[in-house]
Amino acid sequence: MFLPFLYELRRRGVPVGAQEAVALAGALKAGLHDSSLDGFYHVARALLVHAETHLDAFDQAFLAHFKGMEGAGQQLKDELLEWLKEARERRELTPEERALLEHFDVEELEKLFQQRLEEQTERHDGGKKWIGTGGASPFGHSGNPREGFRVGGEGAEGGGGRMAMKIAGARRYQGYRGDVVLDTRQMAVALRKLRAFAREGVADELDVEGSIAATAKNAGELEVVTRPPRRPNTRVVLLMDVGGSMDPYAHLVSRLFSVAKQATHFKELRTYYFHNCVYGRVFDSPYLVGGISVPDLLAQVGRHHKLVVVGDALMAPYELTMRTNSEGRYDPTEGKEGLVWLMELARHFERSAWLNPEPPQTWRGNTIQAVKNVFDMFPLTLEGLGEAVAHLTKGRMVRGRR
Amino acid sequence: MTSSPSRFRGTDSYLSSEGLQAAVNCALTLQRPLLVRGEPGTGKTLLAEAVAESLGQRLLTWHVKSTTRAQDGLYVYDTVQRLYDSRFGEGDVRDIRRYIRMGPLGESFASKERVVLLIDEVDKADVEFPNDLLHELDRMRFRISETNEDVVAAHRPVVIITSNNEKELPDAFLRRCVFHFIDFPDQELMRRIVGVHHPGLDESLTEQALKVFYELRNFTRLRKRPSTSELVDWIAVLKANGVTNVKLDDNLPFLGALLKREQDLMAVAEAFGRGRRTKA
Repeated sequence: MFLPFLYELRRRGVPVGAQEAVALAGALKAGLHDSSLDGFYHVARALLVHAETHLDAFDQAFLAHFKGMEGAGQQLKDELLEWLKEARERRELTPEERALLEHFDVEELEKLFQQRLEEQTERHDGGKKWIGTGGASPFGHSGNPREGFRVGGEGAEGGGGRMAMKIAGARRYQGYRGDVVLDTRQMAVALRKLRAFAREGVADELDVEGSIAATAKNAGELEVVTRPPRRPNTRVVLLMDVGGSMDPYAHLVSRLFSVAKQATHFKELRTYYFHNCVYGRVFDSPYLVGGISVPDLLAQVGRHHKLVVVGDALMAPYELTMRTNSEGRYDPTEGKEGLVWLMELARHFERSAWLNPEPPQTWRGNTIQAVKNVFDMFPLTLEGLGEAVAHLTKGRMVRGRR
Repeated sequence: MTSSPSRFRGTDSYLSSEGLQAAVNCALTLQRPLLVRGEPGTGKTLLAEAVAESLGQRLLTWHVKSTTRAQDGLYVYDTVQRLYDSRFGEGDVRDIRRYIRMGPLGESFASKERVVLLIDEVDKADVEFPNDLLHELDRMRFRISETNEDVVAAHRPVVIITSNNEKELPDAFLRRCVFHFIDFPDQELMRRIVGVHHPGLDESLTEQALKVFYELRNFTRLRKRPSTSELVDWIAVLKANGVTNVKLDDNLPFLGALLKREQDLMAVAEAFGRGRRTKA
């Protein structure tokens, strides 16, 4: 009975499987839901969702499934029209609202509603046209026209389940979705995965196994063996695009920077700035002063450093082909093209990633596409950052694959 | 307490929501660990105490630190002690059992009656930590390899795990847990919480303090948003100094109790300073 609901969840990206289904069945058998939709909502949420990033998707799936917007269309429609007929007699409406209601002919409304129900493919909140919640459309609930023309809700669940619908409809967990742009803490969590450990430095940790082995070899005379403690061993080079088209993302990128700076699990973190494209030189400050030339940088940092570039990769095409020398000056004869500088960077490091704040839909047919051929590109969202980090922590890339 | 799962309905001092009760009861009935997440200061740790109290069972606590290994929770074999004893001839070195010390998880398995086990801040430990516990939490048994003995839980302990979400927990671990996310308290609940901590506080001060507090929480430029414990502390300071009026402007008294970062203090001074309010 709840299986279609599980598929609905999967469709919305909540990873539920057989294990969750069995657990839910067990809970329902034990009567934990008190035979009410409210109870079912809470029980199902506890068992099917494993992270707050999925709570919003769960709420949406719950609404979509149990509101019967797709399932019980006919029943729903009848109820709605019932309500509409009643609505004119409702006392709590202001004269203006009643006048507005008079505007709508019931038949016309019915047609309109059905038409929109067909057009609409998913749940909708806010807005003026679609059926959903919180909008100003005459259909849906919690909307501007007083209670709106409530879809689902009361009648549909036979009195029960009002709370669950209300809770699910409030979408309080929207802020925790995984695919929205990051906040600092989430970024820190994502970056933490980058860490790796190695034993280096002063030997001040007791090696029990070693001590036992050494003592045994020493004919029982106690021999204490120490070893260096585990320490973080990740080195990161962070390059960031500033100015121009990156301005809208300045706040976001500065947060990423502050998180990276605060992270204590990097052995070394170098941060540099550039504008639009790397031209032989990267800079110490966002005002593009100081800094280091790319050949010097590559000489100083090893292949094992992880390179992370943050930028929108959007620029005029000529900027990718402009020739500059290693001092960052225009040099049409000796210099290398911007794209070549990027390639040098990409080739030097075993693992590198480019984080792009522009949505992935816009990555075609412009300079992003060219840069994407050089670097593995990820969107600058929580999911994208996670993917980038996973990409960075894998072993070495196949050399010369591009 | 009988061994049949009893229902959890919250206690007098612990205010719980319907969702939380459902999650706890699922965990009790299905005998799965309950994973509780939420912002700091939302009462994750207190939940375990409340559950233990309402079930009338003993509470064992395992505070996880960054250096904690899964093995520590089961048992520790005190080799160094044994080595020294053998060196200086003290005690019966042949009895290896004397050098096995049970960890909190081991103790909860070995316990004669059912207990509540709190694994606090599981995300503090290494990324692999939860995976190392999977088998033990699943089967509720483990083997002490030194003595070749099995420790099997006579009564599956009620396991409550809290996480601050500092690290992503592995999927395999999540799948075995009942999950609950504790919301940040809304104004109404927060008023009751403040009432518990500061009974008989002047109502208008409570009202104003809550207003400032939620305004600050909604101010998006903060690096660290104040939480319940900070509000409670702040009100304590206000009370101690006889402040009766608070308003969100540049000379808000004892702002340092609410905001702990310099950038945050500066951001607030900039946005709310000199009487002009800019919407954040």
